[in-house]
Amino acid sequence: MTTAQQLKELTEQRYRYGFVTDVEADAVPPGLSEEIIRLISRKKGEPEFMLAWRLRAYHHWLGLEAPTWAHLRIAPIDYQSIVYYSAPRSKKPLGSLEEVDPEVKRAFEKLGIPLEEQLRLAGVAVDAVFDSVSVATTYKERLAEKGIVFCSFSEAVREHPALVEEHLGSVVPATDNFFAALNSAVFSDGSFVYVPRGVRCPMELSTYFRINAKDTGQFERTLIVADEGAQVSYLEGCTAPMRDENQLHAAVVELVARDGAQIKYSTVQNWYPGDAEGRGGIYNFVTKRGTAHRGAKISWTQVETGSAITWKYPSVILLGDDSVGEFHSVALTNHLQQADTGTKMIHVGKNTRSTIVSKGISAGRGQNAYRGLVKIAKGAAGARNHSQCDSLLIGDRCGAHTFPTIEVRNPTATVEHEATTSKISEDQLFYCRQRGISEEDAVSMIVNGFARQVLKELPMEFAVEAQKLLGLSLEGSVG
Amino acid sequence: MSGHALLEIRGLRARVGETEILKGLDLTVRAGEVHAIMGPNGSGKSTLAGVLAGRDAYQVTAGTVTLDGQDLLGLPPETRAARGVFLGFQYPVEIPGVGNLYFLRTALNALRAGRGEEPLDAIDFLALAKEKMKLVELDPAFGSRSLNEGFSGGEKKRNEVFQMAVLEPRLAILDEIDSGLDIDALRVVSRGVEAVRGPARAIVLVTHYQRLLDHVVPDVVHVMAGGRIVRTGGRELARELEQTGYAWAGERGATIPGEVRP
Repeated sequence: MTTAQQLKELTEQRYRYGFVTDVEADAVPPGLSEEIIRLISRKKGEPEFMLAWRLRAYHHWLGLEAPTWAHLRIAPIDYQSIVYYSAPRSKKPLGSLEEVDPEVKRAFEKLGIPLEEQLRLAGVAVDAVFDSVSVATTYKERLAEKGIVFCSFSEAVREHPALVEEHLGSVVPATDNFFAALNSAVFSDGSFVYVPRGVRCPMELSTYFRINAKDTGQFERTLIVADEGAQVSYLEGCTAPMRDENQLHAAVVELVARDGAQIKYSTVQNWYPGDAEGRGGIYNFVTKRGTAHRGAKISWTQVETGSAITWKYPSVILLGDDSVGEFHSVALTNHLQQADTGTKMIHVGKNTRSTIVSKGISAGRGQNAYRGLVKIAKGAAGARNHSQCDSLLIGDRCGAHTFPTIEVRNPTATVEHEATTSKISEDQLFYCRQRGISEEDAVSMIVNGFARQVLKELPMEFAVEAQKLLGLSLEGSVG
Repeated sequence: MSGHALLEIRGLRARVGETEILKGLDLTVRAGEVHAIMGPNGSGKSTLAGVLAGRDAYQVTAGTVTLDGQDLLGLPPETRAARGVFLGFQYPVEIPGVGNLYFLRTALNALRAGRGEEPLDAIDFLALAKEKMKLVELDPAFGSRSLNEGFSGGEKKRNEVFQMAVLEPRLAILDEIDSGLDIDALRVVSRGVEAVRGPARAIVLVTHYQRLLDHVVPDVVHVMAGGRIVRTGGRELARELEQTGYAWAGERGATIPGEVRP
């Protein structure tokens, strides 16, 4: 049995990315106002349409209330105490690797994300976002040869304003919800991807998000457009320092898959989850949505192990006939973590298909909710959905909850929903230990087995990482 | 022929909750020997197996158990396993999503690490696994299936013996490995057990029936009743039990002629 001492050590060790980088920052004063928004827009040298868009979002946000329908306990957030923009100071414009502050470079190296291309995993291009700005994007030139645009959002606004203006807010409108509106007003950076017609992106694209500065929120925005018949696989990872205060991360991700296009979007979310007593951690309030046109496919895969609170529902609007939407999720809550996550599959086109596989793991005093909506519109003849929601409980102080909603307005549609709840049994643990496997390793193995159906959807390079992460996140959950 | 005392149990008492199940049990198993422990349901056979492997549910209240002269009872199950204790489960558990061979390789390398040995790489492991699967006529397809998930009773038992053959324990305790097996499966399982038999190892067969002992001939047969070993003999004792049943064993202190070992 794990002793109290061991347990303490494990819980204190478990977050390996909690360091802080000492870097001079260019930050705006805390608080939110029209002035701050104008300042952010000015700092980024944005065209007029962006500022107007931000201000519209801000004025809409002022009239909104934070949502309270989720199965979450959220301490009140003082939006006037948050710093909405913080960037590592640099003499020259960011973007080329030589300009990146060595401290920032070292921070990413420590995270296993070296920014030098020759050190990177072959076949993965990275956009590195540090607090409010993208500090480097690798393999840009090689991708450009194929006509693929992969750059920071800021750069896209400057270099490809027409593409941005056409698609920004086309999937998640600035007025969509409280956190999306907030993001639209103040978002500072993120990644932009455009894959031209018929082009299959030759490598994995990824963005690594790092929160470093204190009292700062991270509000990034990602926009991926796959033109007709294009294919792209994208992955995001995220970490933050260990701090006793909560930090807000309110992102928006929009995906546009035009006719016959395929977008695979994977997330390994490892924001600081707070300590064993629930102090600190990231509030991860994210809006992710994609529009799939005729014959297009959008596939979300997420492994959510971090954050004090996770509120996100990566969704697909199946607009075109024969389009396909997938959602594969593993959400793990340990200690006092809370997650309310799931998806919306909105079937509009005929013969649209969607698959939902949700695996929730609750340990410690963690609370884990699956919330899903499957909506079949009147015109969605022959639409099909299959949903599977499995919950695994470790210990007897955690909770698992499922809130599925199904709305069917077309009689030819087929909708199936399966749900299970199980516990790691004493018999399973004893069996593993009898074979020589320690209790911690046994729990990790059983959990990974439970999540395998989802993990196998991840790009190979990251599946191994995700497996280790599940094990690490569970340390201190048994004994 | 018989080696040193590998397993030594003295005055072992154990209980589940308030119920005492083992009531002063003595047993010596020497290296190279195969012992059969027989007895009626509820006599404590499975409890003994569980106590030796370190199952939490049992509380040891008195007595000693040593393996190679070293205390076993103070060790957690995984350390006992690393010392060479293997329990073949009566009801092997299912672990969805965990591949059979992946599990076994993890186990083998955990045991090796516990003994300060290098892990076996995937290629060497696969060669070893293939050879042992053949021994118990386990289809290679079982390697990638989830551990015991959807296996038939007989397949689960064969899988236990397969694991034993790969892990090469010093002391294998097989808890009713023969229950629910048809005659063909029994033959296969027996062959697996015979293959593990060797001068450095000992095997304890916990069984209700004598038929397993036609295939795996034990050196010593014990009869358990009321939480103790009440009789010990050679393999003819098993045959005799087949004739007479266990009714007599219900009476405490019943004396039946037979060799009693110290």
